[in-house]
Amino acid sequence: MIRDLIEHWPVLRQVRERDAFGRGIAAKSKQSDNLEPRTANADKVVKSICPYCGVGCGQNIYVKDDQIVQIEGDPDSPVSRGRLCPKGAATLELSTGPTRRYHVLYRPPHATDWERLPLDRAMEMVADRVIRTRREKWQQTFKDKEVRRTMGIASLGGATLDNEENYLIKKLLTALGVVQIENQARLCHSATVAGLGPSFGRGGATTAMQDLQHSDCIVIEGSSFAEAHPVGFQWVMEAKARGATVIHVDPRFSRTSALADVHVPIRAGTDIVFLGGIIRYAIEHDKWFRDYVVNYTNAPQIIRDEYRDTEDLNGIFSGFHEKASAYENEAWLPEGMSQTTDPEDGGEKDDPEYEERLQAVKDAGTAETHGSGGAGMHGSPNTDPTLQHPLCVFQLLRKHYARYTPEYVEQICGIPRDLFQKVCEVVTSSSGRDRTTSFVYAVGWTQHTDGSQFIRAASILQLLLGNIGRPGGGIQALRGHASIQGSTDIPTLFNLLPGYLPMPHAYEHATLDDYIEGEKSGKGFWGDMRAYMVSLLKAYWGPAATPENDFCYDYLPKITGSHSTYDTVLNQMAGECKGYFLMGENPAVGSANAKMQRLGMANLDWLVVRDFSLIESATWWKDGPEIDSGELKTGDIATEVFFFPAASHTEKNGSFTNTNRMLQWHYESKEPDGEARSDLWFMYHLGRIIKEKLAGSTDPIDRPVLDLTWDYPTEGAIEEPNAESVLAEINGWDSEGSPLASYEQLNEDGSTACGCWIYCGVYADGVNQAARRKPAKEQNWLGGEWGWAWPANRRLLYNRASADPDGKPWSPRKALVWWDEEKALWVGHDIPDFTASKGPHYRPPAGATRGEALSGIDPFVMQADGKGWLFAPAGLVDGPLPTHYEPQESPTANPMYKQQRSPVRQIFRHEHNRYHPSGSEPGAEVYPHVVTTFRLTEHFTAGGMSRWVSRLSELQPEMFCEVSPELADECGLEHRGWATIITARNCIEARVLVTGRMTPLLIDGRVVHQIALPFHWGPNGYTQGDSANDLTSIVLDPNVHIQEVKALTAAIRPGRRPTGPARVELVRDYQRRAGVTAETGTEVLSV
Amino acid sequence: MSTDAVTTDGTTGIHPGREATVGANVPPGGGGPRKAKRRDEPEFGSYYDLPVINKPAWESPDIPGYLFLGGLAGAGAAVGLAAQGTGRPGLAKVSKIGAAVAGHLSLVALVHDLGRRGRFLNMLRMFKVTSPMSVGSWLLSGFVPAATVSALSAVTGAAPALGTLASAGAAVLGPPVATYTAALISNTAVPAWHDGYEYMPFIFVSSAASAAAGLGLLGAPVSESTPMAFLGAVAGLSEVALSKVHEESIGIVKEAFHEGKAGRYMKAAEALTAGGAVLAAAGGLTRRRSLRAAAGAMLLAGSAFTRFGIFEAGISSAQDPKYTVVPQRERLEKKARKGT
Amino acid sequence: MSLLDMRFDNGQEAAAGSGYADAPPRMGFFTDTSVCIGCKACEVACKEWNQIPEDGLEFTGMSYDNTKGLGADSWRHVAFIEQPKSLAGQITGGVGMAASSGSVASVPTAPEVTAEGIRWLMSSDVCKHCTEAACLDVCPTGALFRTEFSTVVVQEDICNGCGYCVPACPYGVIDQRHGDGRAWKCTLCYDRLGVGQEPACAKACPTDSIQFGPLDELRQRADQRLAQMHSVGVGEARLYGRDPDDGVGGDGAFFLLLDEPEVYGLPPDPVVTTRDLPKMWKLAGVAMSVLGGSIAAAFLGAGRPGGAA
Ligand SMILES: Nc1nc2c(c(=O)[nH]1)N[C@H]1C(S)=C(S)[C@@H](COP(=O)(O)OP(=O)(O)OC[C@H]3O[C@@H](n4cnc5c(=O)[nH]c(N)nc54)[C@H](O)[C@@H]3O)O[C@H]1N2
Ligand SMILES: Nc1nc2c(c(=O)[nH]1)N[C@H]1C(S)=C(S)[C@@H](COP(=O)(O)OP(=O)(O)OC[C@H]3O[C@@H](n4cnc5c(=O)[nH]c(N)nc54)[C@H](O)[C@@H]3O)O[C@H]1N2
Ligand code: SF4
Ligand code: SF4
Ligand code: SF4
Ligand code: SF4
Ligand code: SF4
Ligand SMILES: [Mo]
Repeated sequence: MIRDLIEHWPVLRQVRERDAFGRGIAAKSKQSDNLEPRTANADKVVKSICPYCGVGCGQNIYVKDDQIVQIEGDPDSPVSRGRLCPKGAATLELSTGPTRRYHVLYRPPHATDWERLPLDRAMEMVADRVIRTRREKWQQTFKDKEVRRTMGIASLGGATLDNEENYLIKKLLTALGVVQIENQARLCHSATVAGLGPSFGRGGATTAMQDLQHSDCIVIEGSSFAEAHPVGFQWVMEAKARGATVIHVDPRFSRTSALADVHVPIRAGTDIVFLGGIIRYAIEHDKWFRDYVVNYTNAPQIIRDEYRDTEDLNGIFSGFHEKASAYENEAWLPEGMSQTTDPEDGGEKDDPEYEERLQAVKDAGTAETHGSGGAGMHGSPNTDPTLQHPLCVFQLLRKHYARYTPEYVEQICGIPRDLFQKVCEVVTSSSGRDRTTSFVYAVGWTQHTDGSQFIRAASILQLLLGNIGRPGGGIQALRGHASIQGSTDIPTLFNLLPGYLPMPHAYEHATLDDYIEGEKSGKGFWGDMRAYMVSLLKAYWGPAATPENDFCYDYLPKITGSHSTYDTVLNQMAGECKGYFLMGENPAVGSANAKMQRLGMANLDWLVVRDFSLIESATWWKDGPEIDSGELKTGDIATEVFFFPAASHTEKNGSFTNTNRMLQWHYESKEPDGEARSDLWFMYHLGRIIKEKLAGSTDPIDRPVLDLTWDYPTEGAIEEPNAESVLAEINGWDSEGSPLASYEQLNEDGSTACGCWIYCGVYADGVNQAARRKPAKEQNWLGGEWGWAWPANRRLLYNRASADPDGKPWSPRKALVWWDEEKALWVGHDIPDFTASKGPHYRPPAGATRGEALSGIDPFVMQADGKGWLFAPAGLVDGPLPTHYEPQESPTANPMYKQQRSPVRQIFRHEHNRYHPSGSEPGAEVYPHVVTTFRLTEHFTAGGMSRWVSRLSELQPEMFCEVSPELADECGLEHRGWATIITARNCIEARVLVTGRMTPLLIDGRVVHQIALPFHWGPNGYTQGDSANDLTSIVLDPNVHIQEVKALTAAIRPGRRPTGPARVELVRDYQRRAGVTAETGTEVLSV
Repeated sequence: MSTDAVTTDGTTGIHPGREATVGANVPPGGGGPRKAKRRDEPEFGSYYDLPVINKPAWESPDIPGYLFLGGLAGAGAAVGLAAQGTGRPGLAKVSKIGAAVAGHLSLVALVHDLGRRGRFLNMLRMFKVTSPMSVGSWLLSGFVPAATVSALSAVTGAAPALGTLASAGAAVLGPPVATYTAALISNTAVPAWHDGYEYMPFIFVSSAASAAAGLGLLGAPVSESTPMAFLGAVAGLSEVALSKVHEESIGIVKEAFHEGKAGRYMKAAEALTAGGAVLAAAGGLTRRRSLRAAAGAMLLAGSAFTRFGIFEAGISSAQDPKYTVVPQRERLEKKARKGT
Repeated sequence: MSLLDMRFDNGQEAAAGSGYADAPPRMGFFTDTSVCIGCKACEVACKEWNQIPEDGLEFTGMSYDNTKGLGADSWRHVAFIEQPKSLAGQITGGVGMAASSGSVASVPTAPEVTAEGIRWLMSSDVCKHCTEAACLDVCPTGALFRTEFSTVVVQEDICNGCGYCVPACPYGVIDQRHGDGRAWKCTLCYDRLGVGQEPACAKACPTDSIQFGPLDELRQRADQRLAQMHSVGVGEARLYGRDPDDGVGGDGAFFLLLDEPEVYGLPPDPVVTTRDLPKMWKLAGVAMSVLGGSIAAAFLGAGRPGGAA
């Protein structure tokens, strides 16, 4: 022993091992000798996907002794190549950290604290409440229309969940007659679907992140790419390394700007002026791509001569009905085409119901149904290929944007003319036959009252420049959560059924035939809509769905307007909606007007929260801001609250769909601990219990539930439903039960079942295609054998447009797919987004319908006319061409048109939702500054996945506001001190970060300051602070009901905010000073 | 334009993302840098005024105490043997006890300052000539037992031969023990400790000698303490003088010795040591007990203040980036001038 | 060899001089700050891998840096520097504050430039794994040691928390952890290197700002990168810690910076203190002789006990 000790005595080893100075081998200890990384001795490595954002980085989970010991990037992923951002890198703590909850908690009505409840008992209780509330709040009809629904129950959340989970939520709740099913997509990127869908035929990003490497120029606008999608940003760096110019257009100089070649500061909410200005530049300077435009867009189509532009009507389009605050779009249509959805059907224009119907249809969120299929239209348009006809789309476009001069860009956006000129030059010279520019955006564009039109404007520009469907081109919509694309495709959204089939509308879709005829297009692949719908009904109701009963079509509840999450909040406050499921969403922090979210919840009978930890939406009744201000008293609140601990992504199987429509399977690495369960488990067992409780019921309202197919095999001690069996149902099967390989196999006769037609093929041959993981190094940059992308595994949409009308690549350096004469097939680097055997010279015979009706030069196969839409005759409720309106709250009068705000924006009159005066309206000076909200790399959304994680919290430990030195001087704000920011909704406090990265802008001759607020904080968690969303109001884009949280106005003053009732008093005081009333900012037409 | 091409055969012109250059890909003409006025911010000379080096984790009084006690012990042991050899048993006894006690206390201080006291034995795990603390540990491990035996024998009169041997051992190890601490603190990146490293050993031995002299003056009979009066006078004066020269040699780092706690300590040290030295000289000449005692106390205290002052100057010089950056900048400029 | 001429370093392939017979090539980092997006993935990945405790929740107001610096609980630290000047040809536009009138026709073109621009530098700092590492030199216990990869690692089973390494490090890297008492710093993921895995921070880094590999290769790559940067007009680009002839014999983890090192909180001309140690020892030797001598002299001068001079 002693000898041993002496022998190993390093002093002797210094001599023996030739390490005289004793700094090397002699000093090495036994422990160091035996060092082994836990990544090397793990029992297994489980393939997974990062649960945070939509980039969808691959992860490897290392498991030892049934415990997760490490989570790292998966180097094989073609998207992430093994890299992770700080959130991805913190996934280990997220899923194994000490702040996770493992027990069910229950708060009885009026109680002051939680109690424990066994899981099975809690499940029974929730099932009972669902059944009770459903019956109590059942609506068989609404204004004489069959609706068969309940407005008593709502559900929110889905973007963090697996596709399979969203599928079960939508399926069960729909069968129960719940229509108020919503998720983050509403708040996040709904405008994307409405912007891209009508333009191109599908509502998803047109490209894949890796393809950015081939861009000659990348314009990042309305996104802080490097901060919100850091791992995806590597592809921008890759492009830069090859010489691409990167332009960042953003109110803030952000971490993205720091790496860009050009940063263009812009006033929030004015991007249409900027983009319109570039459109004008391209047209005036003849920088547009004529061959592309003439052949692939609707530029030659001739619009009806009743059409009147905003130029003619001072800021509004023809067809406006002031009472309904809605457009009737007939005059926008091309000569020769008619529209499928026509509110005129079934009523005369002077019918008193007409306006109501117009409004109801407008509010129904139809724009979002163009997620995979453009607006429905019939007929063939009249065209003028010379583009000379004064009523052709091209000429209308030119006329509309003639007003968008550099002077206006400077005056409205605050962008100096020479800088703007520079951007125009770079963008147009980096586009064309040999070069491609891509646009990248995210919620800096979507979250406006006219956000859909921001995206439309970019779509128009990209079509004009010939940048869609080509390598290095496209529009990259950077979506939010890990599977927000999935929760839009398999929607937990009120207005959609899986695959962007519209949710039936009581006014127009009384029967299956009405529904199909009303929605489908004559031409294009949307023409097969009946097959998709029938297959869905078969997936829901299986054998009960027969041709005789219209495949149970009438089991579907009907919508009658907007039932978005914001409408639900008003319903809650009005006492209509009594039960609420929050499954992975935190509206008490994340949704606009957070106070109203909480007040709505305080009016519920019951609330179910499923999350990892006690987020604000679960605890507002005991420690929310209104308890402090005295607006609510815990003892008065009758809401029963159930908290169910959720299993993390590491503890369940399932698929996420990333921002580029790619499904990636993640595997369970261990069973969840304690009472934590997956949402799949929760929905499945809830459905099972409800079905058991209703068994034998003869009440017709229970039939849809009883007939619902619900027999998923379960596994293990906790009886976890098998996620792959759900995926198989989503994929669909034929009459033999064999998996389908493509949506082209779907039938109208009920012989096929398919839970989401656009996902058909993900389980082709019975193989989970989403789980494919062929390493990036072994394939081309698109990584076609990694995961599975819809549609049909195509990675770059509309890629037919990468070839000229003859089928040859436009340029030898921009080849993607091309027509191979010999093989008589489209071939190339990607799967052609086109009928593979349809040659470029194919022209449809007269009378052809559906896919056959599209010619060899119709790359936008989901469009009714096969063309990219410069002008959108249908599909959007706020106009065929993007037009600049000021945000709901703006420091300036609209210099461009008399119309100040979008006339069709959706407003909510409520005492807690007062709006500010704008521009020259009296009182506007009380809220003089522009506020925009943004994200930090280090935090995630409403904070549920970052404020409880110490690794992330310590990196950004406090809520702060970014202000320019000039504003700080003007208002006496002290760096590192506190500021109070005040709107008519509420006031919050934040630490002050004075930074030259914020710059004042000269707007319409006046200095305008912008204040930037991260929106991640709330009063719970590891790091706590006030929520930016206490300041924001509910005012929505009429197309998709997304809230305007990117541009509002506010007052700021130094110091902390008052607490208690004084907080409310301060807000009222400012309201009084500004003369805010119920009517402020709510006008439809500007006078 | 990008060098990249996607041809029908595949991709070419690929460069890895790490070769990206910011601001290099803007075609010329138009645009320009941001034109808004910016608040005048001082040019960065540092990163938010944060220190460049980390603040030493050493605590007061442990470490300055250790420096002081080590000096006292080392010099004391040498004095002890000399006193014994020159027939001054009283001085020998006091010095030996002082050396042993100070040696022990310095060990205690060192161990007390350890983050993991239970692992103090690891100090002898290696022998590292590059680490004065390692060298010191070995020295102390020889010195303390020797000083202890020497003191015990002196107090009890037992085992005189062994006692003498031990005293001799302690006396041989004593000067190194008194000196290595100078190398110890100089061998750091702390400007106030490192930058005048040429002087530090001499300041330390002076301080050690004046402490040992102080102890002798205080504790030994007047009849025996005259050498201590000499030693005290010379050591004390050299300590004060050396400190001055040292400060002048270190550029702006000098400020660290004049500001804050360090400044107060150094001032006290100077006054006490200079005063003690003068009194010692006077005491040496007059043999007045009270004078010698006062001189002894002042020298001891002065020596302690010197160590505490140097320690604190180090701490504060580590916490202000200018002490790190400015001298290094000057050095670079000098090099550059030489280069051209 | 006299003590005075002696140098205590083991040369560039430091491992070879430290008793490793067949040392693998020296491994290190080249952190190219010009492509850093300030995401702090490196900080988090390091903390997750090494299970490092939380380091305080303080809003510093230092741009986006709330970590403040390297220490026992932060082995990677991303610095953020906002400067009122532009980076190379980067255009950071904005409207001037000069007066303008309201009507479209007369909005003037942008007013005269005060032409400053703005740039935002970000840089991920880490232990330099010095060729001549002061921390390692001064460590009395051998807790700090040179690995076969020529990296510098603290062994948690040995360190007794003497704290010597802390003031020794010229870069302010290593520090003692409160409550634990031991010293901690980047290990260059010694455990992972042992099985051929890349360090956690470098693996995570989304933009390859942190590049890991054999030091030779990295130095070559860095030289090319510097030339590239200079050729495209980024004159302020410079390498830091690349030079084997600098005060620490070159860093195993070196950087490409866009401003003076001190702007990033780095010492402009660090020198390993042990370079001066031979001289210190020598002077200490002289000093101890002086001590012995003066004591002897004092006794000699004082003559016999009892007597006065
Ligand atoms: N680190 C991190 N990553 C995330 C998230 C997160 O919370 N944290 N969230 C995920 C989610 S859910 C989403 S949806 C995405 C969102 O990703 P992003 O959209 O990139 O995130 P934001 O920071 O909200 O907004 C982007 C930028 O828009 C700017 N902006 C604001 N208003 C305007 C405007 O009117 N015009 C223009 N041009 N720009 C404007 C803001 O200054 C901001 O820099 O990120 C996802 N990724
Ligand atoms: N002012 C302002 N407001 C905004 C935005 C903005 O830019 N500015 N952005 C908007 C956008 S884009 C979005 S997407 C929303 C986001 O807002 P929210 O969706 O409300 O925010 P998150 O914090 O992402 O909420 C998701 C919750 O799901 C939980 N979760 C994660 N995985 C699971 C799981 O598997 N099961 C269950 N049951 N729970 C899980 C997380 O812990 C987290 O609490 O905020 C919107 N609000
Ligand atoms: S949060 Fe997004 S970018 Fe970051 S690791 Fe996860 S998926 Fe990748
Ligand atoms: S940087 Fe400091 S801690 Fe790192 S090796 Fe060099 S001296 Fe040691
Ligand atoms: S604190 Fe630990 S690592 Fe640092 S010098 Fe002391 S023993 Fe070595
Ligand atoms: S190399 Fe390892 S220990 Fe060092 S900073 Fe990177 S992750 Fe941390
Ligand atoms: S991970 Fe890379 S890009 Fe992110 S902060 Fe660290 S060094 Fe910079
Ligand atoms: Mo989002």
